[in-house]
Formats: sequence, structure tokens, C-alpha cells
Amino acid sequence: MKKILFVCSLVLLVSVFFVGCQKDTGVIKIGVAGPHTGDLASYGIPTVKAAELVVADWNANGGVLGKKIELVVEDDVCDPKVAPDVATKLIGEGVVGIVGHICSGATEAALGIYLDSSIPVISPSATNPPLTKSGAYPNFFRTIAPDDAQAILEVDFVLNTLGKTRIAVLHDKQSYGKGLAEFAKSFIEQSSNGEVVLFEGIQADAVDYSAVINKVENAGADAIIYGGYHPEASKLVSQIKEKGINIAFISDDGVKDDTFIEVAGSAAEGVYASGPNDTTQDPIAVKARENHVAKYSEEPGAFFYNAYAATQALLTAIANAESTDYEAITSALTSNYVDTTLGSISFDENGDAIGVGFSMFQVQNGVYVEIK
Amino acid sequence: MNVQYLLNLLMSGLTKGSIYALIALGYTMVYGIIKLINFAHGEIYMIGAFTALIFASLLHYMGVNMILILVISMAFAVVFASGYGIIMEKIAYKPLRDAPRLSALISAIGMSLFLQNYVLIIQTERFLPFPRLIPDFPFLAPIQSFISSRQIVILAVTLVVMVFLSILIKFTKIGKAMRATSQDKTMSLLVGINVNKVVSVTFLIGSATAAIGGVLIATYMGQINYKIGFLAGIKAFVAAVLGGIGSIPGAVLGSFILGLTESLGTGYISSDYEDVFAFLFLILILTFRPSGILGKPETQKV
Amino acid sequence: MKPLNKDLFNMKRLKVSLAMAFWLSVVTFPIMVIKINTINDTVIWRWGNLALIVILGLFGSYIWNYALDRMKERKGESNRLKETLSGLYQRLRSNPKVKKPVLAAVVLVIAAFPFITSMYSTSILTTALIYVVLGLGLNIIIGLGGLLHLGYAAFFAVGAYTYALLYQYFQIDFWIALPLGGLFAFLFGLLVGIPVLRLRGDYLAIVTLAFGEILRIILNNWGPVTGGPDGISRIPRPSFFGIDLKLQGSINLTYYIMVLMVVITIIVVRRLEDSRIGRALEAMKEDEVAAEAMGIDIMKSKLTAFALGSMWAGFAGVVMAAKTTKVTPDSFGLMESVIVLCIVVLGGMGSIPGILLGAFIFKIVMEYFRVFAMYRMLIFGAVLVIMMVFKPDGLIPKIRRKYTVEKEGA
Repeated sequence: MKKILFVCSLVLLVSVFFVGCQKDTGVIKIGVAGPHTGDLASYGIPTVKAAELVVADWNANGGVLGKKIELVVEDDVCDPKVAPDVATKLIGEGVVGIVGHICSGATEAALGIYLDSSIPVISPSATNPPLTKSGAYPNFFRTIAPDDAQAILEVDFVLNTLGKTRIAVLHDKQSYGKGLAEFAKSFIEQSSNGEVVLFEGIQADAVDYSAVINKVENAGADAIIYGGYHPEASKLVSQIKEKGINIAFISDDGVKDDTFIEVAGSAAEGVYASGPNDTTQDPIAVKARENHVAKYSEEPGAFFYNAYAATQALLTAIANAESTDYEAITSALTSNYVDTTLGSISFDENGDAIGVGFSMFQVQNGVYVEIK
Repeated sequence: MNVQYLLNLLMSGLTKGSIYALIALGYTMVYGIIKLINFAHGEIYMIGAFTALIFASLLHYMGVNMILILVISMAFAVVFASGYGIIMEKIAYKPLRDAPRLSALISAIGMSLFLQNYVLIIQTERFLPFPRLIPDFPFLAPIQSFISSRQIVILAVTLVVMVFLSILIKFTKIGKAMRATSQDKTMSLLVGINVNKVVSVTFLIGSATAAIGGVLIATYMGQINYKIGFLAGIKAFVAAVLGGIGSIPGAVLGSFILGLTESLGTGYISSDYEDVFAFLFLILILTFRPSGILGKPETQKV
Repeated sequence: MKPLNKDLFNMKRLKVSLAMAFWLSVVTFPIMVIKINTINDTVIWRWGNLALIVILGLFGSYIWNYALDRMKERKGESNRLKETLSGLYQRLRSNPKVKKPVLAAVVLVIAAFPFITSMYSTSILTTALIYVVLGLGLNIIIGLGGLLHLGYAAFFAVGAYTYALLYQYFQIDFWIALPLGGLFAFLFGLLVGIPVLRLRGDYLAIVTLAFGEILRIILNNWGPVTGGPDGISRIPRPSFFGIDLKLQGSINLTYYIMVLMVVITIIVVRRLEDSRIGRALEAMKEDEVAAEAMGIDIMKSKLTAFALGSMWAGFAGVVMAAKTTKVTPDSFGLMESVIVLCIVVLGGMGSIPGILLGAFIFKIVMEYFRVFAMYRMLIFGAVLVIMMVFKPDGLIPKIRRKYTVEKEGA
């Protein structure tokens, strides 16, 4: 009994020191939340780098509203159990806006808390449609197209442009990939000129996909729509090529990544992927990339441009609103256009981005080329 | 039923199986000697792959040819991975040899987390392309779509390693020492066997096997990442238990059975539940043979 | 036998450390020094890291070996630090003038906690308390029952999804879902236990792991019912007799619920240890054959422990679902089971204050570690290894009650 008391006292003593920091009136704090360790770290870390670059840029020009901008970076390991705690911490730190979270599940778990404290949230990668379309989270915005928008584009392309009719829809059983795949499936089923011959999930991180590929071949499919990220996609296309199967492969913006081409090599040739309109010639995007390479000695990673745009949009909205008040920021976000790495964007009343156009790309001669 | 489909599935299963086997062998060897589930074994596999990539990149700059790069970088991977394995054993497992088994398990988990994050921080969180170091064999051209050169190499290496390890255990002096240590550590000490050395050698061999697996699988998949060790480790662990943990042929047998179960389950039922089939099969086998297929039942002395 | 060296400075140790630093720098050379990027074909040499490893290796190895030597020597003598602390407790306990105010102070702080600290602190402490209950539940299985369980997260998931599904389909209130969550977890524990408990040791471990994964995969794939990878969201937080509490209120209420649950769990576990079933389990853990020979029904005892332990995970799961308002299958994977396992072993298997401390370290100290950003998990892994090497029985090991028999005079 006494030992329990001792431990309790210790616990309480230490916990009390978690009193949130006083709001520093000299700086403006922006929170960045996402997975920085664990399984999905490769999808969360580039966002941190993007935010760091934007903030460094703005601070060099005097910050915003005459104050320096400070980033508060927190790791939510993409876990909806951890995300609410991260949210309470960031709020305690006095942030005025959030860039994040990265995974739809974690984002949703945290949004209720942000909403209650009136904090605007802009995500570069949470694509689950209900986040904006359900209307439950008026404080949520995103600089990426939701799953259904991408899916309809891909389905339309496969059926009407490529003229395929027997589609195998694959996904990686995770929120992003499966969400997109399910929309693709229902769109194909609603259409009159296509059928879904196979709908299966593959295990992410597995070593070999030849069994599923055999199944696709056996089903007589003439195209594959894959919902997921580039690591699995590269393994899939390589193993498809090894088997000598000639089949159209269409995927989403998780695959429209140069790493995909590097890894898959010649197997990537001819692969289609949807992604934000090609803005790599855009001066802002070019400069962002240069800064990234200069500072981190490597190419930007997943969702970098989306995160860069999100941070730009948030800071610009604060500047336009001339305040850090929630109502002012959100109204600035929906009423102004901001020049970002994704082009000139704004947000609709649900929080989805306007001006982030999506198109289909194809790997031609080792580079993603936009198909007009 | 479509025979070609079945054959394709069987081939897939064998490929998966041989991949799991390369990792399972190391798992089972370590367990056999010190009864430890080495959670960090998957990380050694990953470190082997990374080391190979580092040397392959360097050699590539020097313009060395493909096959030579494969051999040299694999050699380096084996050397360095073994180094990691031995040091890991000295730090995290040796002090816990007489401690309760769960404590050693937690230590292994800690080591696994440490190595994963170590590579994450020091190298990168990105997926790095791994060069295809095994060229297509010309004589395979007609059946290229059925079986590739990489699959043959992996299968062949797995069998060679298995035979090599079996010979080592059965016929060499160190193998005898290993068998003795796994039977009864105290007695082995009493008859003059240097148990510390035996354990180190076991870790060395186990890590070497994992590293070889790491390189071959990396060249098969075309990419590596700091977290590839985790899932591979779990699958290999399941395979080793399935075949009877502690038994070398058991590890290989278990791996092939696991691979085939997954493959056939995917092919005839659904890929969604691929892992569920594998696990259910495991539970089924253990219900009827509680020590695994080739495992020796533990007799309890009263 | 050579006397072990407990002096701080020692030549032999220095030589060992130098050797270790050398080997470490050689072995880690490729990964530490050569940073490759095959995406754009660059290689960066970072010689600074080499110096870092040599220095770290030297100091680290030296301190490590010193600590190991101290520990070995201490195994013979009694732990003086423990004795002084223990003596302090005894004096405090027997002095009612000190005990009552301390007790009162602790109770006061616990009760007033949400009002004297921020939402963040309350939230973290609540999470820690949930893991305390999980730890105590798993402890019944592995500490009392001696069964190795790597799939505990599955029962946590059962509780969480019970509430989530009942709410989604039947609008069941939190308070009704709470006992149901425990019930379903208990039943699921029985279901899993029956085929599985015949296995020994590591085989049991792998099978429990398998069950855990099977449940998670089914939850992930059975979209129409469980919501698939996105799970179920907007689960309501607990309410108090229908009064609509704001966010702050709900968080505070959840905190108090957890405090109450922890207290109840501790009382139940204490009772369990002293009961017939508890003593049967302890006997079984010592020597299964002897216990059976004494008439203990092994299967029934194991099954009881397993199902009872699972039940607590169910309760904790319901509260977790209410706290985070969203359940997804990935929240309940293998890592989750491993975390609870670590809490129990790190804290001290079978010891209640140990598990309290273990959960505390895991959740609260880990929150503190956020300052380390990316190094957090690295440090954590190292801490696990260090803790196990130096305290393999856990931080506050369970004290076995000893009965001494007074001998008559010679």
C-alpha cells in the first residue's frame, strides 16, 4: 500500500509540471503534427521540412503581423489514440493554426479538440472525404483532393480515354488506398462501360506479390487501378513486368513520386498516375525544391508541395486577416487566393481546395508527363 | 481447375517461402541456443541490406561490374551484420542470460526499436532504390514469366545455406558445442565448452544468414527502407515456430509451408485475408503438434 | 575468486572500453559515416559521426561496465539504497502524524488535478491511467498466471469496438457499453483460451500474437460492419446523467472515471492474489506438475486467469474509444500489445506499484521525451535495454512473502 502511495505521489508530482506554457505574445506559433517516427514516418517528415522552409522564408522577411513565427512540431505516429493528446499539447502551447495531421484517421480524432478551441487546421494529405463533406469540421481545410475526386478522374480516364473494360481494383488495405479503391469500384460499377473483375487488398511491406498478380491475370483484367503508395506500387509493377504480363497500371498521387520511377526502373514505363496539375515549372515550386535540396541534401519527399502550400496558405490568411482570430483566418482562407507551390489556390465552404487541379500523368522515358 | 494458375501459385509460394526461410534460419538458431526470441533479428536483416547498398553504391562509382558488386557487397553485408549481431548480443543479451525469459524478450524489443530508429535517423526515412544485381539468365528465357533468375538464386541460396548449416551443426566441433549448449548450458560449461564463444558464434552465423537474406531480398524487391525488418521478422518467427523452433530443417519447412499457405489462400480465396490464413494454419498445426512440425516435444521431468 | 573492482577508475575496464569503442566504430562505420541516397545517386561522407561514435563508445562502454560490475557486487550484499528508502517508508507509515497528511495530500491532488493543471496534463494522465488498467489486466495473465501473451491488444480492441459498434448501430450509451465491453472481452478471452492454453511458453506467445493479428485484420477488412481501415468516428465522450458537458468537462469526467477504475482494479487484483484462484495460479506458476498433483485444475485456472485479464482490457477499451472518439484497427496492432507487455515487465511482473510506475514511465515520461523529437524512440529503445540489463526483475519487483520458521534452541 505504501509503495502504491509513493508511486502515485511521484506520478502526480511529475504530471503537474505539464502545465501548459504561457502564451508567448512575442511570437506566433504554428503547430505541425504528423508521424515522425514509426511506420509512416516517410509520409510525415517531408511536411515538417516544408513548414520549416516556409517559416524560415517568412521570418527572413519580418515574420507575420510583425512577429516571428515559431513552429511547434509534434509526433502523432499516425495513431488516432495519440492524436488527441498531441492536439491538447499544441493548444496548450498556444498555437494559432495547425499544418497537419497527415493520416486521415489521426486527423479526425484530433479535429474535435481543435474545433472546440477554435483552431484552423490545414492538412496536406488527409484525403478522407467526410472530413470536409460531412460538415462536422468547419475548421478543417486541405491542400489535396479528396479520395472521391481522384477516383472519379482515374475511372473516367481508364474507361473513356483508355477504353478498358475489365478492371482489377487493388489497394493496400490502409485508409488512403482502400478509400480510393472503394470509390473507384463504385464509380466503375455505376458506369455502363466497365466492370470490376477483381477487388483485393494486398499487404503493405510484404516481400512478394506474385500470387495476387497471378490472380489478376487469371481474372482476365485489362487494367489495374491501384490505391496506395509508391513502395508497394513499385514492387507490383516490377513483378508484373517480370511475369511478362502486359497490363495498364493506373494509380493515385501516392504513386506520382519520383522515387517510384527510380525504384521500379524500366517497369515504371507507361504507368499512369493521377496527381496535382504539373506546377514544377512554377517559379514558387522550383524555388521551394531548390531550398529543400540546399538545406537537406535530398529531394523533397511525399506531400512536400502540398505541405508547402498549406503553410503558405495559413500564413497568408493570417496576414490577410490581420489577426490570429479563428473567424478572421477561416474567412480569409475562403475568400482569398494564395500563390503557392500548387498554383493559385483558395478553399471552398467545406474546406476543400479550389484551384488544386488534378490530372493524369504517365511515365514516359523515365519522367512523369502530364496528359492533357 | 486451371493447372497453370495452380503452378503459378505454387511458384509464388515457394518464392515467398525461400525469402522467409533465409530469415527464419537465423531466428531458429539463436532460439535453439539461448531460448531467446530475438525480436531484433529482423533489424539485422535490414542492416545487412543497408550495408550492401552502401558498398554497392561505392563500387558502382568505381565502375565495377554487376556480379562482382553483388558478391563484394554481400560479403561486406555479412561481415558488418555479424558485427552488429555480436555486439548486440554482448550488450543486450549476455547480461540477461540468467534472467527471466520475459526480461530478455523486452531487451530484444528495445534493441529492435533502437536499431530501427538508428537507421532512420542516421540514414533516411525514405525508400531507397536497390540495384538489380542479379541479371537475367539467358537459359531461362523461355520460362522467364514462370520463374525468374532472382527466384532461382534465392531458392538455391536458401537450400545451400540450409545444407551448410546442417553440416555445421552435425559434423563440426563447433556444431557439437552448439548442440551441447542448447541441450544443457550448465553441463556444457562443466565439460569445458566456452559457452560465451558458442553464443557469439551462433549470433554470428544467424546474423550472417540474415544479411545474405537481406541482400538477396533487397535485390529482388528493388528497394529498402528502415522498417523492412519488422514484418519480415514476424513472418520468419511464425515460420520458425510452425516448423518447430530450434530445428534448422524445421525453419525451412515452416517457411515454405507458410509461403504456400499464403499464396494458395490468396489465389483461391482472397488476398485480403492472406495473413489470416497463415495464422489460422499455424494455430491449426500447433493444436495437433504443439511443438511445431519438426519440433521436439519438451518433456517435463517431475 | 578475484575481488570485483568497484573503484571508479580501473585500468582493465579502460582497456575493455577502448576495445569496445574501437569495434563499435569499425562495425558502425558504413551506416554512421556513409550517407547514401540512391534516388539521386549521392554519397555523403560524415566523418564527424566517426568521432562521435568513438567518444560515445568509450564513455558509454566504460560507464556500462562500471555499472555492471557494481551490480554484480551488489547481488551479494543487500541494496543499501533500497534499505534506506524502505526504512523511510516504515518510519512514515508507523508515524500517524505523517501518514495521514500525506495520504490526504495525495487524495486531494488526485481529486483536484483537472482543475489545477491544463487540459493536456489531464489528458495525458488519463491515457496513463488507461494503460495502468491494461497493465494490471495483463499482469493477471502473465504475472499471476505465468502465461506469455503477445496479443493483448486484441481484447483492448474488443472493448473499444464494442462501444463503437453499439453506438453506431444501436445508439447505446457509454455507461451501458462499459460493462458490455468487459463482458465481451471476457467471452472472447474464453473463446481464445480454450484452444490455446494447452501450449507452452513461446508457442503460446506466437499463437496469442496470431489471434491478435487475426482480429485486427478482420476489423480492417470487414468494411461494411466495422468501417474498415477508417474505423468508426465521432463516438461520444462520456456524459453525466444526460447533462451535456463541454469538451473540458468530458475530459475531466473521463479522468475521474479512470481514477475510479484504477482504484477498483487495484482492489480486485489484490483480492484475487489472496483468493483461492490466486494461490492456485501461483502454485501452478512455480511447478505445474506438482500443482496438478495437489488437485488444482490446471486448465480451469489458466482459463480463468486468461479471461479475467482480458476483461480489464475490455473496460479500458471502452474508455479509450470514448476518450479519442475514433477507433481504427491500426490502433490495436502488435506494437500495442508489446507496449502493454513492456509496462508489465519493466514495472515488475506481479507488482502493483511496479505496474503503476511502468505505465507512468511509458506514457508520461515518453511525453516529456517529446523534446527529443526524432530521437525519442531511439532513446526509448535504449532505455528498455538498459532497464532490463540492470533491473531484470523490473523497477519495483514483486516481493514474495516469506514465512520464517522459528527454530527451537539447539
